[in-house]
Amino acid sequence: MAHAAPRMLAWAERRLPALTRLRPREALPIVLHRRRIYIVPTGFGMGFAILLGVMLVGALNYANNAALMLTCLLGAATAGSMLVAFRVLNGLMVSTLRADTARVGERIRVSLDLSASQRARHAVRMDIAGTEHAVDVPPGGPATMEFELDAEHRGWLPLPRIRIHTRWPLGLFRAWSWIHPDSSVLVYPMPEAMGPSPFEPQGDADRGRPRVGDELAALREYRPGDPRRHIAWKLSARHHGLLVKDMEQPAPQEDWRLDWESVRGLDDESRIARLARWIDEAHDSGRRWSLKLPDAYFDVAHGDEHYHRCLTALALRP
Amino acid sequence: MTGFRLSIAPRVDTEPRLGERPFNLLCLSMAFVLATHAIHLPWWFSATLAAVLGWRWWHRRHGGQPVSMWIKLPVVGLLLAVVIATYGTLFGREPGAAFAAGLLVLKTLETEHRRDARVGVAFGGFALMSALLFNQSLIATLVVALGLVPALGTLRAIEELSPPRDAWRGEFAPALVMLAASVPLAAFAFFFIPRLESPLWGAPAAQRAVTGLADTMSPGDMGELLVDDTPALRITFDGPVPTGEGRYFRAYTMLYFDGRQWSSGYGAFPAAADVTAGTPRFRYHVTMEPTQQRILPMLDMPVAAPSDASLQYDRTALANQRVQSTHMYDAVANVDAVVDPVLNPALRRAALQLPATTGERARVLAQGWATEFNHDPLAIARAALGMFRDGGYRYTLAPAPLGADRIDDFLFGTREGFCEYYASSFTFLMRAAGIPARVVTGYQGGYWNKLGSYLLVRRSDAHAWTELWIEGRGWVRFDPTGAVRPERVSQGAASAANASGEGVSFFDGSWLRPLRDRWDVVNQWWNQAVNGFDALRQRGMLQPFGIRRTEIGDLAVIFAVGCTFLVAAALGWALFQRREGDALDAWMHRLQRKLAKAGVVRRTGEGPKHFMARAARSLPTHRNALERLSELYLRSRYAHDEPPPELVKQFRQLVREFRTRGVVK
Repeated sequence: MAHAAPRMLAWAERRLPALTRLRPREALPIVLHRRRIYIVPTGFGMGFAILLGVMLVGALNYANNAALMLTCLLGAATAGSMLVAFRVLNGLMVSTLRADTARVGERIRVSLDLSASQRARHAVRMDIAGTEHAVDVPPGGPATMEFELDAEHRGWLPLPRIRIHTRWPLGLFRAWSWIHPDSSVLVYPMPEAMGPSPFEPQGDADRGRPRVGDELAALREYRPGDPRRHIAWKLSARHHGLLVKDMEQPAPQEDWRLDWESVRGLDDESRIARLARWIDEAHDSGRRWSLKLPDAYFDVAHGDEHYHRCLTALALRP
Repeated sequence: MTGFRLSIAPRVDTEPRLGERPFNLLCLSMAFVLATHAIHLPWWFSATLAAVLGWRWWHRRHGGQPVSMWIKLPVVGLLLAVVIATYGTLFGREPGAAFAAGLLVLKTLETEHRRDARVGVAFGGFALMSALLFNQSLIATLVVALGLVPALGTLRAIEELSPPRDAWRGEFAPALVMLAASVPLAAFAFFFIPRLESPLWGAPAAQRAVTGLADTMSPGDMGELLVDDTPALRITFDGPVPTGEGRYFRAYTMLYFDGRQWSSGYGAFPAAADVTAGTPRFRYHVTMEPTQQRILPMLDMPVAAPSDASLQYDRTALANQRVQSTHMYDAVANVDAVVDPVLNPALRRAALQLPATTGERARVLAQGWATEFNHDPLAIARAALGMFRDGGYRYTLAPAPLGADRIDDFLFGTREGFCEYYASSFTFLMRAAGIPARVVTGYQGGYWNKLGSYLLVRRSDAHAWTELWIEGRGWVRFDPTGAVRPERVSQGAASAANASGEGVSFFDGSWLRPLRDRWDVVNQWWNQAVNGFDALRQRGMLQPFGIRRTEIGDLAVIFAVGCTFLVAAALGWALFQRREGDALDAWMHRLQRKLAKAGVVRRTGEGPKHFMARAARSLPTHRNALERLSELYLRSRYAHDEPPPELVKQFRQLVREFRTRGVVK
């Protein structure tokens, strides 16, 4: 018996893909229409129906027409509430998807826009990944449904199947529809916790060349061609020759040239994790970096755009 | 459907707590239910429940938590004990209603989650309906139906995400609209749900004393009845209407007298013989309020029993079932009928029976009359009536109490009373004089409602009179009360009492009469159209459509078909979606239809530009117009995000003017 239910469900999903969750993915925006909205009474609705039956039999038995009328009124209102529930979902459009970025193991914040044409839609609920979210959709304008997903692995995280349902207005019926948007959100790789610093750039042409800066680094003898304003006149007076102030930048941050090939002895995932850590460090310390992957090269640069481009490439490594 | 969850262990509940708004609405619904039941519950019981409800509302409003099980359980026990102590049982209409109302109020004590509120609302709906078992008048039904509004509002508020600010527009108006929208389906179901021919289980026994006519009578019994203005019968006549003195409606006849009380007894007498003569006939139609009794009051004298009733030996009509709800019957009366031209000896003995120890002086008086008038019944009766008229007797609804000997005390002592006193002593006197006599109770008089053209008989029109058996004439009606106060017979009990200067009621003022008439017409309509709509009437319902008799099967078919239609209509409403406001497309479609008539049909997948160019080629006379249309369409459709209204307007104008007539293909 315990195994029967999942088997039944599996059979139903095979046989009735429209009814169950096994809908093929479809592109946003998704408009709910009558052929994909289903209605069943809730538990409370079932109980209420039984109560109505008892009232009906009682009224008929006692030939009490006033009571019968009341029962009919309540029953008709119940039936009407079923249609109202249907109307909440009918024509509802699930449109834009927005997502933050997150790393593996974190929760990623996602939002979907719901909109309807003229009528307001009350108490639209969505079951996503085991939790229920609810929102009222105002007439015309969109309402945003925000939720979080578990980012389990790097790369594209497809949206799960979403049950969109409502119990409006009386909680007697539940109208529902499954949607399976063909949309994904990107999950960045998790950087490794700790490890070696990136190698010092070797054979870099820039290395050791002094840079012109603002701070006094040293005094040296005048060489022809030095600008006159760099000559330290006061100190030169006590010296036998002209001394020139050598102005330099503070110890310059080296550009990191990160290369997939240079990380050796590790499997692909660890390489990705290490590169991700280095990119994080570089980004955090304002360093410039380049990234070389087997199939892509990102030239030396810095900034958010560069950062996201690099991490996206890492996230999408096969 | 338990009103109360009997479990000590706290339920682990992840459900969100019920908001303040749904809880307030729930309390309001409960108060409504309580109010509909308060009329027939003991006042202290209702007051206590109202206090508990009010306390709970205040308590939760100020952050109170659910009441502990250790308080709730004893309170339920107490409720049970109180109901049983008050009514002696838990089963039946009154104790059931009291217990249900009590449970409903106690349910709010533990209402903390949505589930509790839902259960409360459902049970409240049931309790509302049960209030109609007590009273199914128009007002009661409307009030009870109104009670559905806060109940539905509660359910809505439970589902609501963002409560609206305005309670009226937020809760009550939508619930009211919802009820109003369900009226057509409800009315349809009401008319076509097959009624039961006989109840599935026993109807509730009348446990309280029904005020109304009883099958026994002792002087003073009717005192309460004669001030009860509740309608008892509403009668419409086909043809002539009996005048005031002819409006005697017989209910019970009573043969046996034990010195205190008259009763019908259980004598087995042969069934009623046919009425021999009699004119004129009155054909009438009675709508009767429920009495919980079987007797049907009939206009004097009935010729035959109404359907589903039988005529007794004394020409009273006994329905086959107790009159539980508004009952309707048709009957014919024969005014000068001769009933029992030959008196059955057993019946004669019973009609002369007298208790041995009562009314010594009355016996002497009556026997004196008998010898004086040579046993002529009419003369003896005239003498007795003359004594009532001239002997200082007074008509009053509040007579002095009688002593042990009710007959002598009244006749020679107090000399004041109302119909029962006179009928009782008159019958006694006649029997003592050797004339077979019996007491008859029923209604006399009534109020003619001009607006509705029907006779309204109230309980206060209850009356008692006497029938004497006279050789050759059968049973003849004598009304001794009329001898004392003729107004009682011609104008009714209330005016008779008023004439003697008692109990002038403000509400009997004539200025209210038109209003009262109108109101009674509405009640009459309600009783006939709704409460009296039974299995019999349901079957005859389709006669205007040529169906002589509607069987249950037909009803079921009509019910199913009709419901399907109504549901289809409702589905149409549910599925209806206004086209997204693209007027441009609509006009383009219209143009396509016009062109299609001219033979240019747009192909699937054909773009507008290509299509219009093709149309212009095949309809050269319209080339200019079509080119202009094409250009307008393309510009409105593709040069802007939304088609600009002025371009759409131009396009519409052109499409309207576009005529394909006269095109030579």
